[in-house]
This record gives sequence, structure tokens and C-alpha cells, in this order.
Amino acid sequence: MIVIDYTDRRPIYEQVVERFQSLVLCGILEKDAPLPSVRNLAMELSINPNTIQRAYTELERRGVIYTVKGKGNFVADLRALLTLREKEIREEMWLLVRKAKEAGLSKERVSRLLDAAWQGETADAGEAVQESYVGGEAHD
Amino acid sequence: MIKAENITKRFDGLLAVDRISVEIKEGIVFGMVGTNGAGKSTMLRIIAGILKPDEGILTIDGSLVYENPEAKRDVFYISDDAYYLNNGTPVDMADYYGAVYEHFNRKRYLELLDQLGLPLSRKISTFSKGMKKQVSILLGVCAGTKYLLCDETFDGLDPVMRQAVKSIFAKEITDRGLTPILASHNLRELEDICDHVGLLHKGGVLLSKDLEEMRTGIHKLQCVFEDEEQAAKAMLDLDVVGKDKRGRLQTLTVRGTREEIEEKMAAVNPIFFEMLPLTLEEIFISETEVAGYDFKKLIL
Repeated sequence: MIVIDYTDRRPIYEQVVERFQSLVLCGILEKDAPLPSVRNLAMELSINPNTIQRAYTELERRGVIYTVKGKGNFVADLRALLTLREKEIREEMWLLVRKAKEAGLSKERVSRLLDAAWQGETADAGEAVQESYVGGEAHD
Repeated sequence: MIKAENITKRFDGLLAVDRISVEIKEGIVFGMVGTNGAGKSTMLRIIAGILKPDEGILTIDGSLVYENPEAKRDVFYISDDAYYLNNGTPVDMADYYGAVYEHFNRKRYLELLDQLGLPLSRKISTFSKGMKKQVSILLGVCAGTKYLLCDETFDGLDPVMRQAVKSIFAKEITDRGLTPILASHNLRELEDICDHVGLLHKGGVLLSKDLEEMRTGIHKLQCVFEDEEQAAKAMLDLDVVGKDKRGRLQTLTVRGTREEIEEKMAAVNPIFFEMLPLTLEEIFISETEVAGYDFKKLIL
């Protein structure tokens, strides 16, 4: 369920946090589902239990999971995670817009690219890029 | 808690351990790294109460350990070069350690031997190096002590066995609060299991820090500034420990949390900046450089 990438530069606990978040987001772990115990997960991954504990504490702080004393950790409802995700997307969007500005794309072109990406059809996206390219030449 | 205060040990004029002061708290995994001859084994032997320090005080949970059976009851030392009874089998060793350590868990020892596929009643002298090592690790784990001192314990084990041993440690840590103290010359080996790492060099401690603190307290920053003036302004604000410049791209190693650095950089508003996490090795390199050493010569 959890995989650790030792070539990843991020700390292990961050990887564990990230991994659980995506498991919850894509619905593999549903609301109120139990998380593996600290002990079992640490044994399975052959890592320090304190690292797992740190990851669980962080997940709890973010409102992704809740703890029941003596019972373990469970998945909380999605709300906190969705808010968190939206914040992340907003930040990434910000970066993307900055990149687009650096590349000299206009707002219209970027929204056309977004529309195409939203439709999820690569052909469309491809066309959109070409279109904007042609548009760019015409503009200059 | 194990507490060392100004420990010094000499062997015929050779200074093996030089005024080491270190605290090892319960419930953490403590890693001790250093080159060959840095004083790791000597330090472990002092903690185990095998050697008497020439100077300084070493206490385990408040009591002096040298020639004190009460304090030694809580410590097991897995030597790099373990001694086995002549013609002894793994079961004979269990009988021996069972007589010494009152909480020796014989049942678990036999279970683990079985799990790792080690023969119970073959002479240990016929075992391979790795198998001997496994036997001594199992003896240590099952001795039921609060502290387990491991001297280059992962040396000579194959990758599968390393993972298995780490997994056994994980179980003991959660089940009964075992505090392992691992000495190794290999930083990468300690990276995924230790909470706290102490770096030894020529008998002294160069640094002793919480890994997580180290990781969140230092970052690599790649940035492009508009001009020298802006660069100077940013440098003034940041706690820069290292810098490198390739063309217009500056790579800075900066102390501080991610948020702090981001905020400061945003205030300066450079053309471009990006934060990159550092590997443990890079962190050690910059930390030891600050202390005036060239890490690459110390380890790797």
C-alpha cells in the first residue's frame, strides 16, 4: 500500500503522508477506514516506527485522519483534504501562470490551453497549442 | 537516558575518544557515524561498561555503568567481532545469555532463528560470516535489554537480511521501547532508521542532531537575481552557509524553515527562485563545512 522511494530526496515521513493523502483522495481508503498500525507499517517497510508516528501526527494535524485512543487511526472525511488540495492546486497554478508569463503567453491562450486540458483530449490540446502559436505569429 | 560527559579514553598514548559529551534519549534510534578509527567502537564499549573511561562520567539512567551489574542489566553490546562458546550452537548461546540476562526471551529467539532459517543445533563455528552475525543480532534483540548497542551490525548482511533486521528492530521499538544505538561508517545505511545522528571524527563529536530538525532547518535554493544589488540584499536577509554561482544561476545553501526562506525571497522578488530539498549527505557536508571540516574526507 505504501511504497518508499529511496532515491526521492524528500524525507520518508513526507512520502508516507503524501502517499496516504492520495490513497484517501482516490477513494482506496474510505471514510472511517482504519490505517495500518504504526508497528505493522514500520515492520512492513523496515523503517523506524517514530517516522511512521510522525507521518500520522502530521496527517492528523492536517485533518486527514483522526485517532481513537487505544483503537488506532482512521480516515476522516474528505473536507479537510479537499481544502488542502485546493490550496496546493492554487499554488501550482500560480507557478504555471508565472511560467506562462515568462513564455509570453497571453491570458486568452492560457485559458484556451486550460479548456483543452480540461476536456482531456490530447488532440484538442495539441490543436490549441498550434492555434495559439499561429495566433502568436499573426499578432507579432 | 544514556549520558556521557567529557569522556576521554587513551590507549598507550593514542587518544581514541576525546572529551565526548552526548545524550541518548530513550525511545529514539541513535546513529553514530564516523570513519574507521573515529572512536565509535571504543565509545560503544565505554557505554557497555567494558572499558573504563580515563576521564569523564558515563551514566545509564543515572547510575555509573563500569563494573556495575545493575546498570549493565539494561545494556546489550553486539560486538562487531562476537565471541561464541567453543563448539557452541545457537541453543547453547541462548542458555548462556539466558543465565546472564534475566529477561532473555528464549521463545522469541527460537522463533526468529526459525524464521531466518538458521539451524538450531549446528556448531556456530561452521556458520558463514553473515549467519554468525545474524545469531549475535538475535541474541541481542532477545536479551530484553532497554539499550542495544550495535557495532557495524549491518555489515556482512545481505540486503534482504538488512531489511529483515530493521523490521525486527521496528517491532521491538514499538512493543517494548527498545533504544538501539547503531554505529556505522555508512551514512546511507543509517538514514532510513535513525532519529538522531552523531558524527564522530578523531575521537570527538562533530555534531549530534535530530535528523528531522536537520532536514527542515536547512535548504538548497536556486535563484536568479536581477542584479548584484538585489543579490546582496537577499544574502543579507538569509542565513547563507554555502553558495555557488554558475552564470546567473546562484545555488545557495540556506538555514531556516521553508516558509521563512520563501517569505524572505518573495520580499526581495528575484527573477526566479526554487527550493530544493537536500539529501542527508549534502546536509552533513554543509554542517561539517561550517565546523571547518571537509566532509568528503571524513566519510564516503
